[in-house]
Amino acid sequence: MPTQPDLTQLKKLATQIRRDIVRMVHACQSGHPGGSLGCADFFVALYFHVLKHNPKFNMDGRDEDLFFLSNGHISPVWYATLARSGYFDVKELATFRQLNSRLQGHPATHEHLPGIRVASGSLGQGLSVAVGAAQTKKLNRDTRLVYVLMGDGEQQEGQVWEAAMYAAHNKIDNLIATIDYNGQQIDGPVDKILSLMNLKAKWESFGWIVNEFNGNNIHEVIIGLENAKAQTGKGKPVINLMKTEMGFGVDYMMGSHKWHGVAPNDEELKKALAQLEETIGDY
Amino acid sequence: MTKYTFTEKKDTRSGFGAGLHELGKQNENVVALCADLTGSLKMDAFKKDFPDRFFQTGIAEANMMGLAAGMTIGGKIPFTGTFANFSTGRVYDQIRQSIAYSGKNVKICASHAGVTLGEDGATHQILEDIGMMKMLPGMTVIVPCDYNQTKAATLALGKHIGPAYLRFGRPSWPIFTTPDRPFTIGKADKMIEGKDVTILACGHLVWSAIEAEEKLAAQGISAEVINIHTIKPLDLEAVLESIQKTKCAVTCEEHQANGGLGDSIAQALSRFYPTPLEMVAVSDTFGESGTPTQLLKKYGLAPENIIEAALKVLKRKKA
Repeated sequence: MPTQPDLTQLKKLATQIRRDIVRMVHACQSGHPGGSLGCADFFVALYFHVLKHNPKFNMDGRDEDLFFLSNGHISPVWYATLARSGYFDVKELATFRQLNSRLQGHPATHEHLPGIRVASGSLGQGLSVAVGAAQTKKLNRDTRLVYVLMGDGEQQEGQVWEAAMYAAHNKIDNLIATIDYNGQQIDGPVDKILSLMNLKAKWESFGWIVNEFNGNNIHEVIIGLENAKAQTGKGKPVINLMKTEMGFGVDYMMGSHKWHGVAPNDEELKKALAQLEETIGDY
Repeated sequence: MTKYTFTEKKDTRSGFGAGLHELGKQNENVVALCADLTGSLKMDAFKKDFPDRFFQTGIAEANMMGLAAGMTIGGKIPFTGTFANFSTGRVYDQIRQSIAYSGKNVKICASHAGVTLGEDGATHQILEDIGMMKMLPGMTVIVPCDYNQTKAATLALGKHIGPAYLRFGRPSWPIFTTPDRPFTIGKADKMIEGKDVTILACGHLVWSAIEAEEKLAAQGISAEVINIHTIKPLDLEAVLESIQKTKCAVTCEEHQANGGLGDSIAQALSRFYPTPLEMVAVSDTFGESGTPTQLLKKYGLAPENIIEAALKVLKRKKA
């Protein structure tokens, strides 16, 4: 039986991580706050309740759940989550995107940042890597699961559908993919740029179990992920279409693609932080 | 005087297939992936004997590279197999980000490289792959010369750690090295001692260089032939040692002059020992349909071209 989540504590963590995100992108005046804020609840649910993972990181991650971030541009939320989970000192968040930092603009293994198992940023590649890692788990008779997060704009990449076809054909049922379905990409709304049409029907027709849940409510994310876990081991890969709002938690960043990859200025930072209480303590 | 002859011809891709099969027996962490070219890559024996470790990806090379990168997490050693064009140009970004930049222990094994692919024509005859792959930081690039050496290189890759590109081909080609000839990644293999000119070759053209050497010897010219099976890391010491003796060199490869073996040697010589150098390589053009022999001749990669280049570079040395 899954343990009961401490929702009060998880919400505090999510708020703190949102503070971390805006402070990180403000400090280096670059990065991607919109998608990061939108996925903060998902990352908190995943790392602080769902995943079996070890902050004393090792690359092979045997007998642990693995997580891959395919839409690597939302690195701020991942870095803040990893630091708050104990993978590295939260003070290191201050080095984000700066020279000689392990916190590269997009996640990388090259600088040996604990928690990262493959570089991502060039879109469309993470699902393939996750499927490969899931197959190795099967070969190793390791019963833990592999998780991967993709963007919705990323669904425009052909490689995603190569991996989708492969995973279903090969019954990769120890894998839970999630799509950050916020409907926005750099140039505008996904529907205007290149519509995904019926994304649910697409994944179903590719042979996946498809779930839908709200990604901006921690409790709903936990229920959604626990439900997905219960669907593993049944001969099919599982995917969650997770509705989020880009910029969630900072009012002026919500409801637009504008904050996909723009950093707030000093005044905007102040406005954002006024909406995000310091709960655990700033880095 | 070292002499090389052959009694048998075989394709280098079969050397890969045999090496992979052997590796399958040696190490249960070796896995193989193939994008719908199992027969062409000679991966059938591995597939038959290790079905649980063979992964058919379908015609989806980008996914295959990502799968391979992911499979290393947990200790597997993936060998991917498809044509050289689809192993490199088609999936360059996947290799760059998920394999090379991520430092994954993936062995990218590529057949049907170069014009000796023959009749399929230029769409499949990649002549740029060595350049693309050697530019990736940390990528080892190996171009073995015959069946035995391709098998040896495959076996060596089973023990090597890090991303690597192994390039081989389709045509039936003389087997002129012995199965027990030592093969070390990154260590050039001196085939023939000489003193007048150094011929540095890789892949199929090592045999062509040996044929050229014999004809040069008949004209009283002593050529040293070195098999640079590892383009990267380059065995600079062996290259310089030979060229400091002969004071001139010819490079031979089934690849564009841009980015290939000749390019690596030219860089090394211009920095460490400026010396007259001629390149036998494809000169900024695509290939076409034809037989391997016809194409090698038309694109200037035949033994006659090596002889011509040697005579030219010798003249430049004297001047």
